[in-house]
Amino acid sequence: MSQVLLEMNNIKKSFGAAAVLKDVHFALKKGEVHALVGGNGAGKSTLMKIMTGVYTLDEGEILIEGQVQQIDDPMDAKKAGIAMIFQELSLVQTMTVAENIFLGEELKKGIFRDVEAMNRRAREVLEELGLDVDPTTPVNQLSVGMSQMIEIAKAISKNARILVLDEPTASLSTSETAHLFKIIRELKEKGVSMVYISHRMNEILDIADAITILRDGELIVSDAIENMDLEKIIFYMVGGKSSQKKFEWVERAYDAEGEDLLRLEHLKVDEKIKDISFSVKKGEILGLAGLMGSGRTEILETLFAIRTKKGGTVWLDGRKVDCRHPWEAVQAGFALVPEDRRKQGLVLEHSVRDNAILPIVQQVVKGKTPTIDDKAINEIVNRDVEKFNIVTSSINKRIGLLSGGNQQKVVISKWLNTNPKIMMLDEPTAGVDIGAKSEIIHIIRKFADQGNGVILVSSEFTEMLAVCDRIITLFDGRITGVIPRKDIKEEEELEHAVQESGE
Amino acid sequence: MRFKKAGNNMKISLKTIQWNKFMVYIVFLVVFALFSATLADKGFVDSRNIMNILRQTAMISIMAIAGTFVIASGQIDLTVGAVAAMTAMIAALVLERTNSIILALVCGLAFGALAGSVNGFLVTKWGLPSFLATMGMMSVIRGSAMWITNTAAVPIKNFAFNNTFGIGTLGGISVLILWTIVLYIVGIYIFNKTSFGRHVLATGGNEVSAGYSGIKTNRVKMMVFIMSGMFASFAGILYAARMQAGRFSFGDGDELSVIAAVVLGGASMGGGTGSVIGALAGSILMGIINNALILAGLSTAQQTVVKGLIIVIAVALSNFAQKKKR
Repeated sequence: MSQVLLEMNNIKKSFGAAAVLKDVHFALKKGEVHALVGGNGAGKSTLMKIMTGVYTLDEGEILIEGQVQQIDDPMDAKKAGIAMIFQELSLVQTMTVAENIFLGEELKKGIFRDVEAMNRRAREVLEELGLDVDPTTPVNQLSVGMSQMIEIAKAISKNARILVLDEPTASLSTSETAHLFKIIRELKEKGVSMVYISHRMNEILDIADAITILRDGELIVSDAIENMDLEKIIFYMVGGKSSQKKFEWVERAYDAEGEDLLRLEHLKVDEKIKDISFSVKKGEILGLAGLMGSGRTEILETLFAIRTKKGGTVWLDGRKVDCRHPWEAVQAGFALVPEDRRKQGLVLEHSVRDNAILPIVQQVVKGKTPTIDDKAINEIVNRDVEKFNIVTSSINKRIGLLSGGNQQKVVISKWLNTNPKIMMLDEPTAGVDIGAKSEIIHIIRKFADQGNGVILVSSEFTEMLAVCDRIITLFDGRITGVIPRKDIKEEEELEHAVQESGE
Repeated sequence: MRFKKAGNNMKISLKTIQWNKFMVYIVFLVVFALFSATLADKGFVDSRNIMNILRQTAMISIMAIAGTFVIASGQIDLTVGAVAAMTAMIAALVLERTNSIILALVCGLAFGALAGSVNGFLVTKWGLPSFLATMGMMSVIRGSAMWITNTAAVPIKNFAFNNTFGIGTLGGISVLILWTIVLYIVGIYIFNKTSFGRHVLATGGNEVSAGYSGIKTNRVKMMVFIMSGMFASFAGILYAARMQAGRFSFGDGDELSVIAAVVLGGASMGGGTGSVIGALAGSILMGIINNALILAGLSTAQQTVVKGLIIVIAVALSNFAQKKKR
């Protein structure tokens, strides 16, 4: 194949004492789609952030067309023709397509913006990519998929020759994905190189020319895609992990034949997730495994009444529940540890104490008066701080100042205070250090041991395999399998299961 | 460092102190000391003058109680001045027809509750931003107050009403000051000592997290607007009794003074923080400045300019203090 466009050699990067990249190599050829694969914390995004100038490297070198290239900040990367297409779109929603494409580099006639010239030029770029969209359309009228393609168009118009696509299909429909792939292939013809980060192996096998697999900050393999298949990729991603520290699975005693604590019948969330049925036994920890966009978060949010249920029935403890607001779900006995701790789980400006007591503050009152009992609140929160080993200098400390793990322990403890029957946790250990992780796992087990139910969503399968008694796999909004933990020997099997459409 | 026992939680050091919360008191003391020194011969520190300041600021102070709840919950209420005026009109008209103090009070407060419910409805059910919803309602209510008597003032001849709510004294202290104290005790209690106060702060601090924690955030916002309407209508009753008349122009511009008092008191416009007693300090601080500028012999034009500058500086100071905290 053609020549190497970009090379990253001996890349090392540490954050504090933690080495995130240990001597990684990465080479991207001209006009190549190069898949970058690895589990959470493998170092993919760190490597890409170094390439795009968000982070600077500790050691190593970056070569572009054989020349050493210093990339110290995003401007350097931009000058070198490297552009990142973000998962969270970075377009200005209220501006038109053309205005977004030329944002910061408006074409001018004298001192005024030359709107016509920009629209004309934008139309050319869009046509080149085969995008059927009027450049004068405001971006907020476009679908997520189209917005993403506009971002690509924006990068191309600025002469980017290397595009980094981070999980580009996570929120796209099947037809949008097909359209994106068409554009990727066209760009390839034009000699644009792309780094394609994804967890969806089928897509990678379809679109990529080469693949690099990282694990725990180390380069495992880099090869042409012809030499790979699903088995091999999964093996390289998770295989042989036995040597390293992992969470032990503890078989827990619960009555698998007993009555259902929670039962869902034909739950409908939206047009994609429309027939979900499963149950959770008393004392059981159930895992929902699936790729991003498989519906795992949406199911939890519907049970917690953040999303409106479109159909189906939910039974909790033998009674039909029909919650329309989160507070009704809380009263019914649900608790949700949400995916985005900072935006959904906590009031960052408030103290540990105020956050920990929030769901039950109206219950901690003096006798029959409405006066809140500060002494009792302090006792509850101090007890939680001790019980869950929450590291904070004071319960009056602003929670935003605590580490991720300690913040998450506060979120979990606040829910335990409501005595829920079902605890739902969405990525509870994201951004949490290893010590706090095992503490959180311990708390989850203990909660289930008291006869309660747990639904766990996590993209870290090691963790899921450590705590779950049963795992349901989801693909594109459908349940594709129900696997008892006992039947799973290796993490590969689970990784395999979530990749398949079940057809 | 591991956690410490509850007793240590109260420990305050210069580093952990929340400067933005205390800035208003510091500014208050500095300004007061400054005026006491420079304007002593003009009678600034006379107890009569001090009482005068407190009496003049009573309405703003009272509206700022509910204003603290509104801003702490992340909302804004621009209708308070207009609600006060309309309530004064309603009270005056009811007294003119029936001479019943109870009925005047009930009708006045009911109007405040109604106005608050409409604001709350527009914000929670129709999803209007509170700034726009209450800006529109401000115009509707002020206009209605003008319309109801074709801008004519309605005199109030009920001496008992005027005495109880406006011009009377008890033990030598103006009833306006006494009402202010009573309502502050109620306001501070609700804000600091009930779960409703916590829910208001959580809703303003992060509405999503509050909702995810099982708080009825829409109900909280509704309650806050109703409360704001009722406190404003009570201020309207005080206006009517003090002036012994209902007039459509009462409380003109009060909505902005209330916001200034609440923000000076340590609340952030973004919601999630606030202090009821701080709002009182903010309100009186503005009253002191007003009074001192008059005593100093400044013209109305000069007073307006200096007052504006002092508000900007005071808010900027607490803003800097807040940044330092981060």
